[in-house]
Amino acid sequence: MGTEMMVATNSGTARAEVLRRIRVAKGGTSDTETAGTAWSRVAREYRRSAVLEPKSLLELLEDRLRDYDAHVVRVGYCDVADAVAKMLAARGKRRLVVPAGLAAEWLPAGFEFVRDDGMSSTALDAFDGVMTGSTVAIAVTGTVILQNVPGQGRRAVTLVPDYHLCIVNAADVVETIPQAMDRLHETAKLTTTFFSGPSATADIEMTRIKGVHGPRHLDVILIV
Amino acid sequence: MSGVALDPKTSPVFPMAAKAALGDTQMRKNVRHATDVIQSKRARVVGEMPDWQQLREAGRQIRQHTMEHLDFYLEQFEENCTRAGGVVHWARDAEEAKRIVTALVKASGSDEVIKIKSMTTEEIHLNDALAAAGIHAYETDLAELIIQLGEDQPSHIVVPALHKNRQQIREIFQRKMNLPELGETPQDLADAARMFLREKFLRVKTGVSGANFLIAETGGVCIVESEGNGRMCLTLPETLITIVGIDKVLPRFQDLEVVLQLLPRSATGERMNPYNSIWTGVKEGDGPRAFHVVLMDNARTEILADKEGRQTLNCIRCGACQNACPVYRQTGGQAYGSVYAGPIGAILTPQLQEMHYAQSLPFASSLCGACYEVCPVKINIPEVLIHLRNKVVKQNTAGIAGLFDVEAGAMKAMAMIFKSERRFRAAQRLGRIAETPLVRKDGRGVGWIGWLPGMLGGWTQVRDLQEMPEETFRDWWEKRRTNGN
Ligand code: SF4
Repeated sequence: MGTEMMVATNSGTARAEVLRRIRVAKGGTSDTETAGTAWSRVAREYRRSAVLEPKSLLELLEDRLRDYDAHVVRVGYCDVADAVAKMLAARGKRRLVVPAGLAAEWLPAGFEFVRDDGMSSTALDAFDGVMTGSTVAIAVTGTVILQNVPGQGRRAVTLVPDYHLCIVNAADVVETIPQAMDRLHETAKLTTTFFSGPSATADIEMTRIKGVHGPRHLDVILIV
Repeated sequence: MSGVALDPKTSPVFPMAAKAALGDTQMRKNVRHATDVIQSKRARVVGEMPDWQQLREAGRQIRQHTMEHLDFYLEQFEENCTRAGGVVHWARDAEEAKRIVTALVKASGSDEVIKIKSMTTEEIHLNDALAAAGIHAYETDLAELIIQLGEDQPSHIVVPALHKNRQQIREIFQRKMNLPELGETPQDLADAARMFLREKFLRVKTGVSGANFLIAETGGVCIVESEGNGRMCLTLPETLITIVGIDKVLPRFQDLEVVLQLLPRSATGERMNPYNSIWTGVKEGDGPRAFHVVLMDNARTEILADKEGRQTLNCIRCGACQNACPVYRQTGGQAYGSVYAGPIGAILTPQLQEMHYAQSLPFASSLCGACYEVCPVKINIPEVLIHLRNKVVKQNTAGIAGLFDVEAGAMKAMAMIFKSERRFRAAQRLGRIAETPLVRKDGRGVGWIGWLPGMLGGWTQVRDLQEMPEETFRDWWEKRRTNGN
């Protein structure tokens, strides 16, 4: 603790000095009002809204997810549990961790679903996979967004297991990144993870390799 | 290069280092391949965007606006981050930043840390400072791991190990991970890295990261990555220490909608990178219990004070300018003697050194403008290069700038020689005799001069010269005439 106190004390002087240098460099002090007015004048002529019909929107999302090696199926709400069972069987997965608050009717019989109660990383590592819902998906980039809310849980849960099965509601699919940011604005302070396909790297001769540290396989069920 | 840090204070000047790099054909082949691949991917995904130019303009304006109100946004970030349970520290320079991070790691009770790739920590050589304090830092980005285990240096800000091919990487992993049977497909190598690091992710209690963006409005931090090693470092440890330059702040959450479109497409040629993490302070039961942010100046306020150099701070570190630069593509990154290589390195590094070191870098460019064209936030790199060249010359007529005066001098001498026929002939004859000890024959029997002595040295520092022909055209023409043919 002693060390931390010392660090904090030094930082007080440093803080004043850095802010002083900035103000000298730019000639003056900015406040909420000047900054706010200037910010609203930034030209934003880029595309913010959607142009696609709902049907093509879902097709685009599927296409972009597949482009990043995710497996995608489209089902009605009543058929989710069936689709989950098929996907898990195809992948040979039996024991999955799930966050608190995941809809019970999505969980088929014949598999083991263990609710996360803040278990250790090592315990998470022992699961075959994880299954979660999602907050928003972006069609143009093939991105799904998770936040720390019921049904999606804390970040480690979707990170440590080797396989992720994610449920996306068609109603939560938007076309562009600006649309997604609009939706997230209210809950911007929640821990948030964007994922676009499974973990990947291109560090070795620019060859795209799936799965380095995050889940190596990703399945998406799109509820229409 | 092994083990020696890329430090502008001690690195050889660019013309010298570049000359050495030009001889490394394997490295040049690897760099050319990697930059070709990224460039064509980038061109394709940028081409998909009908509003790319409008996004670039918005990106430029957001970054410029941030710099104009930097004091306000940093204070706002600090307030919001603190309210959310984070602890904000300020560092005037690299030494102070290293002291703070080292003290924080010690206070966390750990003598090892897992690190996600961070240009800022490389800029200040944090790993050396940690090592000196008895703390072991594990790099977890695949490329950074290759460099750390290979005792090498990074050569690109986005793909730091692009100068290594798979055989070279395999050899490093075999040796350092003790895997004699390791295969050589990229998948084998990635699997080896996964195995090697997983144990560390699950065990080490302290994480160190950089950040792509700080969000003033929410006090949030955003990191953009591909492999998931970032998420591991940000999520699993008990203590997380994030160190960022004061230039990384964004005014509002909404501004992410611009940079998250510009950055992945420019950096890796992807529509979106596999993972983005955004977190604000500490969240009970999700991620580290202690979160520290170190806001570091380290000469950024110097750059802010320079009206023409200031736009350098707009950089979002995508590396597109490096991939597009004909000089970088020939020399690779290490010749720049700094972790920031290529066009951005050529303008950023000397300014981070307050123009005391790396003064040859503003000259390491052909001013072709390719960097400006690809820059997602429209930094006019050629303009800044010229501005810095003037600064170097003005600040410093002796020293390093002298090297370029030599080239200017050599050019003047050439002009003088070309003006007089007698002098020109004499120079040619003299040249043929004088060059003899300097000529090295290549595989096809063509002679090349690697360096010229004395005043002409400035010329050959940056280019090879072909040996003079046995008989000049003039000699041949004259002989032909006197023979009456
Ligand atoms: S200067 Fe522009 S192109 Fe170069 S790394 Fe920075 S943002 Fe990217």
